[in-house]
Amino acid sequence: MGYLSLSDKDKKEMLARTGAGSIADLFCCIPEAVRLDRPLDLPAAQSELELVRTIDGIGRKNAYAGQLSFLGGGAYDHFIPTVVDYLSSRGEFVSPYTPYQPEISQGTLQVIFEYQTLICQLTGLDIANASLYDGSTGAAEAVLMAQRITNRDKVVVAASLHPQYRQVVRTYIKNLGIEAVEIGYGPDGRIDTAEIGRLVDDRTAALVFQSPNFFGVVEDVQALSGAAHAVKALSVAVVAEAVSLGLLEAPGKLGADIVTGEGQSLGLPPSFGGPYLGFMACKKEFLRQLPGRIAGQTVDKEGRRGFVLTLSTREQHIRRERATSNICTNQALCALRATIFMETLGKQGLREMAWHNAQKAAYAAGRLSAVPGVKMKFTGPVFNEFVLELPKPWAAVDAGLRAKGIVGGYGLEADYPGIGNAALVCVTELRTKDEIDRLVRALQEVVS
Amino acid sequence: MIKEIREPLIFEISETGKRAAELPVLDVPEKKDLLAGVPLRRELEDFPEVSETEITRHFTRLSQKNYCVDMGIYPLGSCTMKYNPKVNERLAAHPAFAASHPLAADDLVQGNLEVLKKLEGFLCEIAGMDAFTLQPAAGAHGELTGMMLIRAALEARGDARKHVLIPDSAHGTNPSSAHICGYKVREIKSNEKGTIDLASLEEAMTDEVAALMVTNPNTLGVFESDICRIAEIVHTKGGLVYMDGANMNALTGIVRPGDMGVDVMHINLHKTFSTPHGGGGPGSGPVGVKKELEPFLPVPVIAEKGGRYALDFDRPGSIGRVRAFFGNFGVIVRALCYILSLGHRGVREIAEFAVLNANYIRKSLEGDFDLKYTTASMHECVFSDKIQKAFGVTNLDISKRLIDYGLHPPTMSFPLIVPGALMIEPTETESRRDLDLFIDAMKAIAKEAKENPDILHSAPHVTYVGRLDEVAAAKFPVLRWEKKT
Repeated sequence: MGYLSLSDKDKKEMLARTGAGSIADLFCCIPEAVRLDRPLDLPAAQSELELVRTIDGIGRKNAYAGQLSFLGGGAYDHFIPTVVDYLSSRGEFVSPYTPYQPEISQGTLQVIFEYQTLICQLTGLDIANASLYDGSTGAAEAVLMAQRITNRDKVVVAASLHPQYRQVVRTYIKNLGIEAVEIGYGPDGRIDTAEIGRLVDDRTAALVFQSPNFFGVVEDVQALSGAAHAVKALSVAVVAEAVSLGLLEAPGKLGADIVTGEGQSLGLPPSFGGPYLGFMACKKEFLRQLPGRIAGQTVDKEGRRGFVLTLSTREQHIRRERATSNICTNQALCALRATIFMETLGKQGLREMAWHNAQKAAYAAGRLSAVPGVKMKFTGPVFNEFVLELPKPWAAVDAGLRAKGIVGGYGLEADYPGIGNAALVCVTELRTKDEIDRLVRALQEVVS
Repeated sequence: MIKEIREPLIFEISETGKRAAELPVLDVPEKKDLLAGVPLRRELEDFPEVSETEITRHFTRLSQKNYCVDMGIYPLGSCTMKYNPKVNERLAAHPAFAASHPLAADDLVQGNLEVLKKLEGFLCEIAGMDAFTLQPAAGAHGELTGMMLIRAALEARGDARKHVLIPDSAHGTNPSSAHICGYKVREIKSNEKGTIDLASLEEAMTDEVAALMVTNPNTLGVFESDICRIAEIVHTKGGLVYMDGANMNALTGIVRPGDMGVDVMHINLHKTFSTPHGGGGPGSGPVGVKKELEPFLPVPVIAEKGGRYALDFDRPGSIGRVRAFFGNFGVIVRALCYILSLGHRGVREIAEFAVLNANYIRKSLEGDFDLKYTTASMHECVFSDKIQKAFGVTNLDISKRLIDYGLHPPTMSFPLIVPGALMIEPTETESRRDLDLFIDAMKAIAKEAKENPDILHSAPHVTYVGRLDEVAAAKFPVLRWEKKT
């Protein structure tokens, strides 16, 4: 293979220097009994051309590529300016390790510092970390963080938090004696306020909610935060659609103590669910409990500004089992892409993108809910997704739309048993009016 | 070389009204009163405003302040910084994969599911395990998943137990991962060879111990030759063996963890299987298990029937999800490409050449630097600054001076059992020329340490910034830019 760089002469001379008679001698410390005595059962090596053909062939089995899609639900199809791909492909960004040697990592470190600043600006909070794995693990880390801060062992989690995020939270807390109680939603699709008083009590570490929630409905962040604070619990806002922050007021300005979520919308392709970008920001008094890496500004002896990874006494390599999290490798290159994306879209562009999403979704919601038999499931305000109630089971509607080359949305019955014939429809700035109209016509035919 | 430009923060060059990207004119009727009653932003306060030209210059200049594998040897011990093949980048970005949505129905993403299933199969064969999950997003995430699997399996047997044994040479994520899984950590001392002391293990291994977490080869680059006996001791007392596969690069095609008594393990695709580190991620930490633990794997599991793939959620014993969707899929595509391009022979050559290169460095530097443990090295060797300490020179000084020679330093922060460690892992992809550049630089530095230690204390001399004040950074944290008022 072309990635090895030793000639036969090199191998011979190098072996001679090691004193070993053969390559096999280098492995003499491995007991004979366990050594593999056969070649691995793997295919023969492929040249680059063969590899490209193989992978291309596998890719062609993804029929999704030819469909007109209105899927959202935690992964969003957004415009990615060419500079994002171009600049983030540079070997100097792609191929270094974590910036443990700051003198030769100032590029990566300054990018993290800019990223942290942008996340603070988006969320309206004081400090942010350098990234977590994704939105779901961000939610789980926020729950653990809230437990450490409050010393309380119960969290109230919105049923309208992304179903997969809720599952991850449950997996994380199962062995730690933390109880998770779910809070339902009302006819407006928002958290059922009548339930808050009953469920959020003085044992509660945090009220964890998503806004816009899994139904696309924007929550009343201020009221929820107020309710959490009334019992000295934390308000944890999860944002699965980060582009919404271009338009909606920052959750931190509305009382959220921790804002975490999924940054995929900010310059990362859907890529079948990963690699994505977990972001997390909080108020500065919680700094010592924030998980993950953080970059900070400092100076060298000449007084020149530079950046370093800092506050590492929170982290596993120093604190070991008492660390705030076990996270080590994070999603640095994804954070870089998000940084380039946010700086390219900039002050006007990100707001414009968010505005287009909201407008197109509103147009689509209006047209689709005018189809006879179809209506909006919830009355609450939405950003770029909404739930449709349909006159037929989703499986039948989906099959009908699929026959017309359209993936119309995501059926909710599996994640929300009893919700009825309901599907989540997402409309981003990439969907044109023509495409939306095509969906409307197709739905009309399918449900009539 | 042209004079280096001090690159400002993007916020410092931002000017009102500039923009680098625009969207098409809105093609639906605009509603002015949209989201009435919902608090909206007046503006994205202090968000940057720059042109595309400025964006490109900014990030290109910043990139040039980084060292990277594409430039030269990156011998960070335990990090496996090997070359990242370029075709894999191109294939991971293939629109058929990159544009595919994780909530799409199974029949629309058969190609994606085939990618996952294929890599699972390859990893099973390479590691000698019965099943793999690709959901964990990184090595530490894999450790956590693996410990949860152990806990679930022991609970199914009737007792989750309380403790986890971890050698003192282990990476810091091990104790931290065990802790998040609700276990208390007990440390096992290493013996004079740097390996697990069997007597200590036997004493510590009670019926309250759930598992031993072992890294093999360990962080000294030493193979735990007693691994079969170690596994036997753990199994006899009803415990399970977890292997941290961070150092799998020494073993591929030579020996399989599953054949030496390991019950659960993770592999770092961003180490052994060449996916780029990206300045700190994304990685991927697939977890492999033996049959007994298979029922507990995270959902969904990919089922295959007659060449068609489907997601199986009906797994009553599952620990649940550890991450939304299917893991870092783009990283998984790259790793699959790597294995396909290497083939069975190439996969074995990973270990052969990684171990040859490490031993070549070790032999070349013995005498110049102290080797605390003289046990045979696998894919990395751990020297220390003991000889140089006599001249007041530390591993930090040596590392910073290496930067002046145009090279990346080794790992210094661990293993904790070697004070002043210099942990060197060259990987299999280095050329002899690059290995010799490193060896020659280290020899020159050993000489400088004796003759001119000051030049080491003040290193690096040629970088964009000098040694940075890390104490001040932690004491007076400045963690974001703020507009001067």
